[in-house]
Amino acid sequence: MKKLIIALVTLLPALAFASGGAHTLKAPIDPTDQASLQNGAKLFMNYCFGCHDTQYQRYNRVAKDLGIPEDLMMENLIFTGAKIGDLMLNSTTDKQARKWFGQTPPDLTLVTRSRGTDWVYTYLKSFYVDPERPFGVNNPLLPGVGMPHVLQSLQGVPTATFTTDEEGTKHLVLDSHGIIITETDGSGELSDGEFDTAVTDITNFLHYSAEPSKLERQSLGYWVLGFLAIFFVLSYLLKKEYWRDVH
Amino acid sequence: MLTSIVNWIDKRIPMTETFNKHVGQYPAPVNFNFWYFFGSLAMLVLVNQILTGIWLTMNYTPSGEEAFRSVEYIMRDVEYGWLLRYMHSTGASAFFVVVYLHMLRGMMYGSYQKPRELLWLFGMFIFLVLMAEGFLGYLLPWGNMSFWGAQVIISLFGAIPVIGDDLTLWIRGDYVISGATLNRFFALHVIALPLVLVILVFLHIVALHEVGSNNPEGIDIKKPKGSIPENEKAPFKFHKMFTDKYDIVDAVPFHPYYSVKDIMGVVGFLFFFCFVIFFAPEGGGYFLEKPNFEPANPMKTPEHIAPVWYFGPFYTILRVVPDKLLGAGAMFGAIIMLFLLPWFDRGTVKSIRYRSLAHKINLIQFCVCFVVLGALGTMAATPVANFIGTVASFGYFGFFIALWFYSKNEKTKPLPERISH
Repeated sequence: MKKLIIALVTLLPALAFASGGAHTLKAPIDPTDQASLQNGAKLFMNYCFGCHDTQYQRYNRVAKDLGIPEDLMMENLIFTGAKIGDLMLNSTTDKQARKWFGQTPPDLTLVTRSRGTDWVYTYLKSFYVDPERPFGVNNPLLPGVGMPHVLQSLQGVPTATFTTDEEGTKHLVLDSHGIIITETDGSGELSDGEFDTAVTDITNFLHYSAEPSKLERQSLGYWVLGFLAIFFVLSYLLKKEYWRDVH
Repeated sequence: MLTSIVNWIDKRIPMTETFNKHVGQYPAPVNFNFWYFFGSLAMLVLVNQILTGIWLTMNYTPSGEEAFRSVEYIMRDVEYGWLLRYMHSTGASAFFVVVYLHMLRGMMYGSYQKPRELLWLFGMFIFLVLMAEGFLGYLLPWGNMSFWGAQVIISLFGAIPVIGDDLTLWIRGDYVISGATLNRFFALHVIALPLVLVILVFLHIVALHEVGSNNPEGIDIKKPKGSIPENEKAPFKFHKMFTDKYDIVDAVPFHPYYSVKDIMGVVGFLFFFCFVIFFAPEGGGYFLEKPNFEPANPMKTPEHIAPVWYFGPFYTILRVVPDKLLGAGAMFGAIIMLFLLPWFDRGTVKSIRYRSLAHKINLIQFCVCFVVLGALGTMAATPVANFIGTVASFGYFGFFIALWFYSKNEKTKPLPERISH
């Protein structure tokens, strides 16, 4: 009976996880890889930051954590005239953004925590040409997406594979992972492999940005658990010593 | 030097006397097992919540415009702010884990039965205030799930006939959940309810020490005065408040015996607690929910509004009843049933060890239903989930009804005279 209860208790949360969500690829990020993070920061500041803020994070925190000297950071990654200790706000106002895109582009500081790292990675790889959309592209992870494919100069123009059913409606063809199949026209600056790396680096940077203290948290965690493990043995021995005459 | 200071104080307030009565010479049964750790652990988590809470308020800004930003400020710009925040958010979940296990302990060993009814009631009030505290605190990060979760729960009051709409307006302080709601929730969360909680915990312990601790055997360690030969009495010095009236058997003084044992329990608990804090602070999306990493947005409903896991069982009971008012009634009814447990149980044998097979099965089915209800509360409401939830709800209420019937003339095993160990 006890075993049954334990089985039920451990199984039920697993069931809860099983439900829902779009298919995503596992993002192959390495949060300890500083070169990747630096490249991600560079790409993010050049391609994303024009419209998306990371308003909860400060420039000097990024510089410190990513090993970028502050003067290099000022020269190469701060385009808004901000000071090094300022929060990372772009120069697009909400009013302008609404005029251009119909809505304010969301802040991306915490996007990997609200949508997931894998989602961000897959999203960046899933743009495809759709002439019906105002910016000429669509994305299965955010159907009717309201932004252009800003990485097109890197990736090239991605065309998705479709099938057409009897009624003439087009459907996206998905691969075995549930991901759309795209092909580029080769006009991008990067090869497919290099583009994957670029997207990985951007994702890695956003993953860092969502929780800058994550690495510190985990490395401190080992010491804390190690200490507690030793303390537990000592507290057990102390308890045993006190209780010796009772049992 | 130290002795003279202690003497000086003792002449003015009964410091040593109180310590002896409640700690140093307080008789505790020798046979406390694993389940008896959770009382002291609940106290530990309470202290954790109060201390980390105080430090969080030093940098938190309770306003609709600044709350979300100030939490991220704590996470990034405050030294070890992330640690304080995770200790507090994980502490909230840990509180419910230890309190649910503490309550289960009470149910297994009949710790609510006469003469401990009031002790149980104080405990239930603690549980109630704790749920209110968890609910109020969950609004404060001002994330999108905070907002919509509060929206769902506050709208429940709107189901009350006649006064419903005015009542929800009064609770929110606005026509929608807004900065005004956040500010009053903050005031209640950091001052009003913690004060009530501390007072209730004090009363819970006063009540416990008046009647004495139960134990896994469910038999009394206080025997009538003069009934026990000197060599069979517990060989320790207990406070005269106990020994004047009773002969104490099979007991040890709480300190140092259970204080050192509880230290072991505390360290064991901290290992799991710190594992979550340092390696899984989001608790797989159950302790910190994903939509809560986006600021509150009245225009954007999260795909699937789920309360935090610890409200799951009661939320499911609410949801499986088609009518909103009846559902809210069933939800509060589920908590009221727990309050009335000492009167549903008409038996006199306390511990499950000596009770009937029917009772064992009933308690196990109650636990299974409770866990199932909790899991369903975090999932989307599908017809299948609703069906299972309905069955589990019947199981939940059925526990109390069945208990009332069979406990009157229950076939129990004979109780031993003494705790054997």
